[in-house]
Amino acid sequence: MEAVDGAQPLVALRAVSKVYRTGDVEVRALRGVDLAVQPGELVSIMGTSGSGKSTLMNILGCLDKPTQGQYLLDGKDVSRLDRDALARVRNRTLGFVFQSFNLLARTTALENVELPLLYAGVKTKERHARAKDALQRVGLGDRLEHHPKQLSGGQQQRVAIARALVGRPRLILADEPTGNLDSRTSVEVMALFQQLQREGLTLIIVTHEPDIAAYTGRVVVVRDGRIVSDKRQPAQPAVPLPEEEEAVP
Amino acid sequence: MNLLETIRLAIRALLRSKTRSVLTALGIIIGVGAVIAMVAIGDGARASVQRVFDSMGTNMLIVLPGSSNSGGARGGFGSQPSLTWDDLEAIRTQLPSVRAAAPELRSSAQLSSGETNWATSVVGTTPDFFEVRNWPMALGARFSESDAELGSKVVILGQTVVDNLYGKGVDPVGQVVRIKSTPFTVVAVAARKGQSPVGQDFDNTAFIPTTSFRRSVQSQSLGAYITGVVYVQAASAGQTAQAQQDITQLLRERHRLDEGEADDFDVRNLAELASGQQESTRTLSLLLAAIAAVSLVVGGIGIMNIMLVSVTERTREIGVRVAIGARPRDILLQFLVEALTLSMLGGLLGAALGAGVAQLLAAQFQWPMLVRPDVVLLALGFSAAVGVGFGLYPARKASRLDPIDALRYE
Repeated sequence: MEAVDGAQPLVALRAVSKVYRTGDVEVRALRGVDLAVQPGELVSIMGTSGSGKSTLMNILGCLDKPTQGQYLLDGKDVSRLDRDALARVRNRTLGFVFQSFNLLARTTALENVELPLLYAGVKTKERHARAKDALQRVGLGDRLEHHPKQLSGGQQQRVAIARALVGRPRLILADEPTGNLDSRTSVEVMALFQQLQREGLTLIIVTHEPDIAAYTGRVVVVRDGRIVSDKRQPAQPAVPLPEEEEAVP
Repeated sequence: MNLLETIRLAIRALLRSKTRSVLTALGIIIGVGAVIAMVAIGDGARASVQRVFDSMGTNMLIVLPGSSNSGGARGGFGSQPSLTWDDLEAIRTQLPSVRAAAPELRSSAQLSSGETNWATSVVGTTPDFFEVRNWPMALGARFSESDAELGSKVVILGQTVVDNLYGKGVDPVGQVVRIKSTPFTVVAVAARKGQSPVGQDFDNTAFIPTTSFRRSVQSQSLGAYITGVVYVQAASAGQTAQAQQDITQLLRERHRLDEGEADDFDVRNLAELASGQQESTRTLSLLLAAIAAVSLVVGGIGIMNIMLVSVTERTREIGVRVAIGARPRDILLQFLVEALTLSMLGGLLGAALGAGVAQLLAAQFQWPMLVRPDVVLLALGFSAAVGVGFGLYPARKASRLDPIDALRYE
């Protein structure tokens, strides 16, 4: 499925399977998945619940290991790494965006964004500067000291995106990033993702909304643990509605 | 993540739920406070007992004459004069385990000076008495050995006698006071000594040389026999038992007592009594410290309980932290440091509380104030150990959470 010839894919899954055992019952969540994502792609993964897309996402995010098969991330096999090494990969190479934002309550936006850098051992001064940069990049330069409760859903998700960006990752994984947002803020978030793609980042978005998938240039459909369709399409540009006061430049 | 950041993070997490943190730390606060207060109280009580015994005399033994036996009715110790002046001299000079020995002949007498008079205890003794009883002079100098032998008409007054005969703050040295109509010259005023453990006023006494006592105060003298007791000071604290044994042996020889015969005197060891008292206060304070240690452990269980609740509550936070790159050991450290911070904060507050209580009690009972730094350090160390010990299980639990489950946790 390599689309761009010659370039090394950033993500390469080779015959990846995942089997869960609960007692005597075996659940085969993934059954031999092959997937290659080139640097700079914006990919959406679609599927109904129980299709295996969450398992796929967890393996792509190095939160889970495949039972069989190989996962090469940026050319490196990460499918057999131990917990500490995986933590390092998550910290340095990946950025996560969740459906429910998962910001730390009673903690300012700036401190939330600084969190990955804290685990990377970045010094205080640089940490502040980079977190501030990341927040400015998502258009929240004026909300540094706000707590999550003082921010709207869209703003909270943008803080979460800034947190994903701050570690300068190669790949951003977003699990239903617009699931808790209204349609206007959803477009806003997708516009931000498209902008990040233009800046060279690679993004994989899990969604079950075709509207959202339409904003991406490639749609992968998962069903019963297999990839049943993988199509490229012209991405629909996400244009935030004009009355939006905090439009992303 | 470095340790400083982790500590900062822990303090912030604890500050987020202040009431809960304080309540959780309360067990440790009370535990540490109790340990420090208990030990201080124990030490204070011991020191005050020591002070009482010191006021009676240092390394002191008392030799009492024997009991009488007239027609089957046996009198108590002292009812039968059996100690002679020669016995005293022998104790004083022949035994290396004895540093000093002095008689105490006691009688009640009326003292008068000018218009005023005052009934008090008159003690006939030798200068050694003030050595044995550890009793310095406040004014003047005590009479000499030769005064005692020659029967000079000199007197050392206690503070209470001075206060009643001359008034407070008056220096009576050089004045003449009449004891049973015999004039004595005041040569010194003994320093204030306070009360005995049973409330007897040590300072309500006038001291005169033994010879003068026998001539002027005592109604009838018994010649060679001492009509009172003998105070003996052992050469050192370690030798009081030895001195007791030596005196017993010496007196038995001198009194020609056979193997089976009972002593016709009694040697009492005050130092032994004191150390017995000390031992019991020691046991008491150990017991109290043990109870306090138990309350520390209970406090630790409280910390574990709250940390477990906290881990459950913050499952999602743990999931996020792991997802963005926290290693299991980062999570472990975070919760461990949180438990440790909680217990150390409790320890510090408890130490302040304990020292405060000890101070209050010391002021109340006029004990010397004794908050021992080693005890404070021990208590703080113990509360740190409690924090780590009881924080470890919740912290391990947190560090072993599966990030996928943790992120999905509602």
